[in-house]
Formats: sequence, structure tokens, C-alpha cells
Amino acid sequence: MSFATRGFAGRRRERDDRLPPGQTLVQDWPVLSAGPTPQIDTGDWELTVRDETGTEHRWSWDELLALGVEDVTVDIHCVTHWSRLGMEWRGVSLDKVFENVESEHEFVMAHSYGGYTTNVPLEDLLDGRAWVAVEADGAPLHPEHGGPARLLVPHLYFWKSAKWLRGFTMMPDNEPGFWEQYGYHIYGDPWKEERYW
Amino acid sequence: MSTEPAASALVRPRIRPAWHVATVAETLRETPTAVRLVLDVPTWPGSEAGAHLDLRLTAPDGYQASRSYSIAASTPAAPGEPGRVVLAVDEVPDGEVSPFLVRDVRPGDQLELHGPLGAFFVWRPGQSTRPVQLVAGGSGVVPLYAMAASHAAAGDETPFRLLYSVRTPDDVYFADELAALAGPTLGLDLVYTRRAPEGTADGVGRLTRESFAARVLPAAERPRVYVCGSTGFVETVAGWLQELGHAAGDIHTERFGGLT
Amino acid sequence: MTHLDGNVLAGALSEIFTADVTTARGRCAGCGRTSPLAEAMVFTDAPGLVARCAGCDQVLATFVDAGDRVMVSLAGLSAVELRR
Repeated sequence: MSFATRGFAGRRRERDDRLPPGQTLVQDWPVLSAGPTPQIDTGDWELTVRDETGTEHRWSWDELLALGVEDVTVDIHCVTHWSRLGMEWRGVSLDKVFENVESEHEFVMAHSYGGYTTNVPLEDLLDGRAWVAVEADGAPLHPEHGGPARLLVPHLYFWKSAKWLRGFTMMPDNEPGFWEQYGYHIYGDPWKEERYW
Repeated sequence: MSTEPAASALVRPRIRPAWHVATVAETLRETPTAVRLVLDVPTWPGSEAGAHLDLRLTAPDGYQASRSYSIAASTPAAPGEPGRVVLAVDEVPDGEVSPFLVRDVRPGDQLELHGPLGAFFVWRPGQSTRPVQLVAGGSGVVPLYAMAASHAAAGDETPFRLLYSVRTPDDVYFADELAALAGPTLGLDLVYTRRAPEGTADGVGRLTRESFAARVLPAAERPRVYVCGSTGFVETVAGWLQELGHAAGDIHTERFGGLT
Repeated sequence: MTHLDGNVLAGALSEIFTADVTTARGRCAGCGRTSPLAEAMVFTDAPGLVARCAGCDQVLATFVDAGDRVMVSLAGLSAVELRR
């Protein structure tokens, strides 16, 4: 059993209702990665959405931006207990990306350059809840933070906001992606502290 | 030619990591920003040179914070004698734990620690006859000092070299101990990046790939290399070592987070 | 000193394996390379430890610390040798 350490109070921790349980507010932006950082040039970059018929919708970098980049200010919550509130991003709404995608399937696997995957229900990507993000904190997204483009799904734990986004594949079941296979929660709602299996 | 003793000849009792309660025996100023903590640990099993431990602090409301610290020196508990662990803690500006350990902790305080940890960033006497190159950046010298001290205590004659980069002469950890260890089997080379000792001809400035290459054992001698420091320091040095021809498997690194 | 690197995977596993993991060797299920776990490329700046094969980059093992429990995967290793 632990005992209190004489004289230790910890960082000043403010009660903040905007923080989900178990989260701590930070001002910087920790870099977390499960592998080496891919270096993708926007000239080579492509986003692909693949449906169950094998149809592929593709966008080059310029084509993606032409869909319309908007400013978004959101809170993000990492499963490793840090959160940032009111973070400024710029990205293309997934409503625009999925506009002409016809599919019977309700689940999506997001794929990254470098092999990372994460699963998300389609409805969690639509209705203004998700973006292909290209800028953060007022600057183009740095490779170590997932640039040139990453998925941004702020209402779920941040491991779902796949870095180095490459595309989406529609799937009939909620198949687990990388971290979901290795112990993390299949959905990941920070407000219910859905961190692990 | 180097030889590695047969595995069956190595009788090495496994020291499993466990939770221990330590009592602070002494706190000593080590550098302008760091202290040396001497801890009495009644249940300490001892540790190998290069190992580290996790210190855990608990606030009155139950909040806990843990940080890892390399072990500078360690003595196992014996009948009637607590074990002893020596740490060196550098104060991180705006840190949560290190300011407490550097400024507030006093003899008699009790701390929880978990260890020993880190089975691979260790050096054991008698394991190999290959020379050893240690490269330290700032407080990264702590586990490497532990290796140098263990090497001397064992009377091991493997050639050891320590390249130690610091800002100023005041920032050298274990300065007296390292000076005493320097000799025929430990070459000590200090690099000052901001200010050199007065009255010396030593140049001042950060290591470059060229100055680094001139001051470390060449790849042709196949040294086992241990690098410890901040993430930026370690990544830069590890990159240089590989460019200079050292095999990745010969380079052991321990990096601590924070600024480059 | 926040420990980010090194052969943390073996250190983490040594808490839950009774055999000595410090010299354990494993075979990569992807490329067949058999080498000490200590030589894996370990990414610790993640929501868990990820050890990748130094030869082919495939994930060999992961370790997720969930406080009162851990989730361990050795799925990327076709087998692990543990000395008695």
C-alpha cells in the first residue's frame, strides 16, 4: 500500500469540467508513435476510400484541399491521460469525402502510411464530427504529428485520429485496428473512460 | 580477438524488480541544478551497473506521480545493514517531481521505489573482453558512472573510455569520483559546451560529427558502446556512431524525455 | 529521467514471466529472423510498448499497461525461447 509522501502535492490540478475522467490538461503536444515516422511528400500523397464493391474514390493533395478546408477548434484527449482544450486545426470535413461513397457497410477501417490502422463506426465520422486534418496550431501538420494529413475524430480517444492518413475501407463489422487488437477499447469514448478491453 | 564466456559459465542470480520503501539518508548538492540522494533501502537486493528504478510519490489526496532515475551506486541489503541506493536528480524547470526531490526532500523522508529495472542497459564485469565506449550528455552520465565504478571495483581490465559532454565544469556529476577513477583502464574525456575550466586550452563548443569521431574508439576496435542523455543527444550520437561504422547491435542507448 | 528507450519490453515482461526474459530470443513470424528480444526496435512513446523486428519492421510484440492489468501480445513472434 502506498503512503503519502511528506511534502508532495503534485502539479496544481484544477478541476475542469471540460476534461473527461482521468485526463490532465497540457499546453504542449506530446508525440506518440507506434513506429518510425513516414515521410510522405504531398506530391505523392493520395487519399483512397474503398467500398465493398471494390470501387475506389481517390483524391490527390490538391483535390482534397479543393473540397474545402475549414477551421475547427476542438478538444483532444489521449488515452495516455493528456488533453488539450480549444486546439485549432484546419481540415476537410469527412462529410465531403464520403459524400459520393455508396456503401451498405456501417464501419470503416482507417489506414495510414506505415501500416497503422484504426476502426471507427461510419456514423462517428459524419455530421461534422471528423476531418482530414492538414494544419494544427496554425501551421501545416508536422510529420511527427501525422503530417501531411491525419484523421481527426476528437470525440474519441486520440489513438483513433490516425496519423499519416492514407485512406478508408468500408467494412461490415467493427473489426479491431492496430491498438484495438493489442488491448485498447473497440470504440474509445473518453467520457466513459473506454480505454482498454 | 575477443572472447565471450560460455553461457553456462555465467552464474547470475535473477534480481526481480519489486516495490521497496526507502528512507533518505543524505541529500548532497551535486551541481547547481542537481542533488545526490543517498537512500537506505532495507529490502534492496542490489542491482547491476546501468540499472534504473522508478520513484513514486503520493500526494495526500492519493494522486501519484512516478519518474525513472538511473542508479549511480547500489549495495545490497545484508544482515543488520540496509541496502543503499544512490541517485542523482536534475531539476527539470516546471517539472512535477524533480523540483520536489531537489528542493524539498530531506533526510528521514520515506519514498517508494520500484526496481531494479532495465535488464539491457547494463554492464557486467567479466562478460566480454571487448573495449567499452561510454558517451554521456549531462545527467546521462549517471548510469555510465555506475558502470565505470563497477568496472573499477571488480578490477576489470577491459579498456573503458568515457566521453562526457557538459555545459560547464560546475555541471559535472560525480566529478571527484570520476577523476579518481580515471587512469590506465578508464579514459575520461570531458567536452564543455558553454564554458571550459579556467586556465586550460580546452576548446568550448558542442560535439560535431568530426570532433566526436576523433574522441571515441573507432569501429575497427568493435567497442560495446553505451550512450545516455536527452533524446536529442542520444539520437544524434547514435546516428554518428552508425555512420562511423559501429554495428547497431553494439550501440546501447538510454534516453530520457524532455528537450533536445 | 523519463525512461523512453532501451529494452524496456524485456523489463516490462520480466515482471510477469517467471522465466528469465533478459536473454530471451524470438523468431519474427514475418521474416524468420531469430534474435534476442533486446534487439527489437522498441517504440515506447505510444499508448503501449511496440517492439518491431529490426529486420523487417513487423510488430513482434506489444505491451499495454492498464494499471491493474496488462495486455501482452507476442503474436508477431512465431516462438520465444526462454532459458530456465
